[in-house]
Amino acid sequence: MSSTAILGAWIAVFLTFGIFSYLYKDNPFYKMAEHLFVGVSAGYWASIFFWTQIQPGLFGRLWPASEFSADSFWYKIYNGFSFFLPTVFPEGGIDKGHDMHLIYLIPFALGMMMLLSLIPKISWFARWGIAYTVGMAAGLRAYGFLNSNVIGQIKGTAANFADPNLPFWSLTSPSIFNSIVILVGTITGLLYFYFSKEHKGMLGKISKVGIYFLMISFGASFGFAVMGRISLLIGRFVDLIKYSGSQFHHATIWILVIMLIILGYDAYRNRGKNTPVSEDAVQ
Amino acid sequence: MKDKQFWLVTGGLALAFLIFWIAGHPYFNADRVVMFIAIVAIGATLLYNIRMAKRGEKFYLRPIPGLKAIEEAVGRSTEMGKPVLYVPGIMDMDQVETVAGVIILGHVAKMTARYETSLNVPVSRSIVMKAARETCHESYMLEGRPDLFHDDMVHYLTDDQFAYAAGVNGIMVREKPAACLYMGKFYAESLILAETGNSIGAIQIAGTASQAQIPFFVTACDYTLIGEEFFAASAYLSQKPELIGGVRGQDMVKLGVISVILLATVLRVLYETWGIGFDVIKLLTVQ
Repeated sequence: MSSTAILGAWIAVFLTFGIFSYLYKDNPFYKMAEHLFVGVSAGYWASIFFWTQIQPGLFGRLWPASEFSADSFWYKIYNGFSFFLPTVFPEGGIDKGHDMHLIYLIPFALGMMMLLSLIPKISWFARWGIAYTVGMAAGLRAYGFLNSNVIGQIKGTAANFADPNLPFWSLTSPSIFNSIVILVGTITGLLYFYFSKEHKGMLGKISKVGIYFLMISFGASFGFAVMGRISLLIGRFVDLIKYSGSQFHHATIWILVIMLIILGYDAYRNRGKNTPVSEDAVQ
Repeated sequence: MKDKQFWLVTGGLALAFLIFWIAGHPYFNADRVVMFIAIVAIGATLLYNIRMAKRGEKFYLRPIPGLKAIEEAVGRSTEMGKPVLYVPGIMDMDQVETVAGVIILGHVAKMTARYETSLNVPVSRSIVMKAARETCHESYMLEGRPDLFHDDMVHYLTDDQFAYAAGVNGIMVREKPAACLYMGKFYAESLILAETGNSIGAIQIAGTASQAQIPFFVTACDYTLIGEEFFAASAYLSQKPELIGGVRGQDMVKLGVISVILLATVLRVLYETWGIGFDVIKLLTVQ
């Protein structure tokens, strides 16, 4: 077992217990794990976005290696960038398998506008980028939502109740009973979200059926998700058990014992005291 | 026929389309005619109701308890001298829930400016941070309290889902906000956030259309805005006629969808049993 793997196991165990210690109360171990997690992930994602999207997807399409020409004005600009940042702009253009697409100057300009928010006087330029993102997403998703959530739902609900091959009763396969449940559930669910009339009388009763349908589906979804979480927890425990072995120098046991001693001593010292609230919060 | 201008424009467009159709309708994808009809019908319904609302027509909207509770939650924070925590979800501005969350943030920021209560908005996306800052700034300006606004009330944590959840949890246990509002697109972090908010005794109001996360909010929060209720929230809070007209228009669309479901069911039974009419399933299948 290499020393790097052993060190990695000790760090993993420490951070796992650090996060778990939050179940007891906010404490220095949790704070350390939390700040490390937030800081490292922020840096990690910034790096990932740059090296998987901006550099190959944007710069790779503006200055592709396939169309490199040292004499052209466009690549002279590139060479200027390359002089200062040779890692991002390697010599001879960016070879990511793209052709030149100057249309990508638009997202480049929008990205630059977002960066202009650092200058207070012209920070309003950033709104263009936000407006583009929101407007583009609204238009792009409208078609998809309409297709899957409206047309698809109508199609799925309109069952053939007179199909002679369809059994009346079956819970696990298509049946007339299931089709009735879907039809009633969809209509009553839709009526629950009808806001233009008070839910009284007949509408009140129908919408109540709708909320029962919603709650049953939420209950099923809750159970399903909890099962998924339990499997994640089991995955964590499997790792902790693995790291408690002699090949990792009993990392799990040592860190658990040390943490318990420190937290126990802290609890003994601060017995009878309430956890103080940060002064920033009370203003 | 209350809106002559609307009907004139609608009639003109219908006439233009009729001419286009008679002329052989070039570039028209007949396989997607159902989408065309749906977009035109829904768009026209929404526009009509928005115009009616703008022209002074009064539309009734039934009360939603969760929305009334938002002002109570901000009021409670003010009385306790503690901040309001607002979480606009973990996704970017290309998600409709995030956009709705940022719009509601504007209303909440107005309340916190009015009551002089501290507002804390941790975000997980850079564009959301910028949009949320702009929204809060505008709200504080509109309430005449630009002095209370500072950029740091909207601050970036990280893009990573669980690191963000850990960061927000840390803020909760240290600052102990009296009100926690979760309005946006959420995934698996929803229960972690709502459970922590519950453990510190904060009043919690959630709003999301993320179907898988609503159960967690329902179990751990005091009020939950489910799906459409969340999208209608900005109309309720602002009482702007165009937004109320939009909600009314969506209600009309829902009634239309129910009618189409019933009609399609009848047509399908008639077609598949006796061969009467046409294949409605084929019509509803978008190529």
